Amino acid sequence: MIILQGLILALIGVAGTAVVLTRKPLAQIIVMSFYGLLLGLMFFAFQAPDVAFSQIVVGAVAMPLLFLLALTKVRRNE
Amino acid sequence: MKMGFGPYVLAAWLFFIGLYGIVTSRNLFHLILCISILQSSSYVLLLGIGYRTGAVAPVFSDIPVNTPAVDPIVQALVLTDIVIEVTVLALLLTLAVQIHKRHGTLDPDKLSAIRG
Amino acid sequence: MSLRTRTRLFLAAGMGLLAFFIYGLLGLPPVGQQISGYATKLNSLTVPARHITDTVTAVNFDFRGFDTMGEEYILFTSVMGVLLLFRTQRDEVEEAPRNHAPGRQAPPSSDAVRVCALSLMAPTLLFGIYTVTHGQINPGGGFQGGVILATVLLFVFLAGDYEIFRKMDAHRAVELAESAGAAGFVLVGLAAIILNKPFLENVLPLAPAGTVLSGGTVPLISLSVGIEVGAGILLLSTAFLEEALVLKSKKGG
Repeated sequence: MIILQGLILALIGVAGTAVVLTRKPLAQIIVMSFYGLLLGLMFFAFQAPDVAFSQIVVGAVAMPLLFLLALTKVRRNE
Repeated sequence: MKMGFGPYVLAAWLFFIGLYGIVTSRNLFHLILCISILQSSSYVLLLGIGYRTGAVAPVFSDIPVNTPAVDPIVQALVLTDIVIEVTVLALLLTLAVQIHKRHGTLDPDKLSAIRG
Repeated sequence: MSLRTRTRLFLAAGMGLLAFFIYGLLGLPPVGQQISGYATKLNSLTVPARHITDTVTAVNFDFRGFDTMGEEYILFTSVMGVLLLFRTQRDEVEEAPRNHAPGRQAPPSSDAVRVCALSLMAPTLLFGIYTVTHGQINPGGGFQGGVILATVLLFVFLAGDYEIFRKMDAHRAVELAESAGAAGFVLVGLAAIILNKPFLENVLPLAPAGTVLSGGTVPLISLSVGIEVGAGILLLSTAFLEEALVLKSKKGG
């Protein structure tokens, strides 16, 4: 359990840095979804099932959809 | 081996890297996603504060009531915050789309030079 | 100032911020040693006093219900702001979608995607209703179940039929549902005032722990929050979809 928690914390640090250092919006959304999944796993490992439920539902459904639609609109205008 | 200060260091690092992304951003969408990273650092910190080694989740439907469980108050705070964060991000996205419609660019540096 | 100067200045200040932040956080007790006295008290108190087995839902809607009401109104206000900002501007005209490239055959969406998306609508609706109504027993509640409920109608869009999605989405009904959900919370609180108790006090009889109706007013509040969150996110998605996919050109060419 301790090993799992430590591993997930390290992966979250790396994924968070990767989200910031990716400059193109389309690639960044994909990395952000992966980061959201890692956060959900971390919430599970820290004994918080409600929070993990919320994070997975929001990070997999609402956030990528809204970002991709906004990106489509901006690309259309150009 | 105990958890030590792992979550605290991670929260500080995420805060710093989110701020770095906001300061050096050249695209408004990238900036909005960095704001989201900043918020997730507070979630990690709060859950780290509320954790107890060897405890279970605070759901007592199948375990006796006196089992040691983790802190439910911080979980309630983080739970509502996650759902509300996505709507606030939607509002920021709307502003970014409208800015692009009016000024044709999404670069914060170029935007500050536009008048009117 | 230029980007490079800004980056260097931030890195210098940021290192100091990071160092002080970590130094401050090291003053907290190490992770896993102790949790606050309130939490231990709440964990032992929820089942006897309120008959709710999911402590997080009890904290959200019963012990800390007033703060959750305020947070729900943040959501309401953000959705209202998005809808206001995306209204048709004065110099825009909405056109019917027309075919810009008549010679090109766009590939239709594949049958596998359509079958999967359309057949997942009913199980998702069932799961969403289950999550909203069983928040007192298992992990779940109004917030999570509401987001799940919002995705049921989006499956129609995913199957490739934007026009059908637009016809199916009754805008007025969804707006009304969102306002009803937001008002429901306050009405449950006012019902306590009518009975001469403080605002949002738990006034309904408590069923035994482990049943759907346990917790008094908590199932009602959870249901209204679920309706509000679901309708709110559906409104957001509809506004974004319309903005991205419907052609709007400026007046006069």
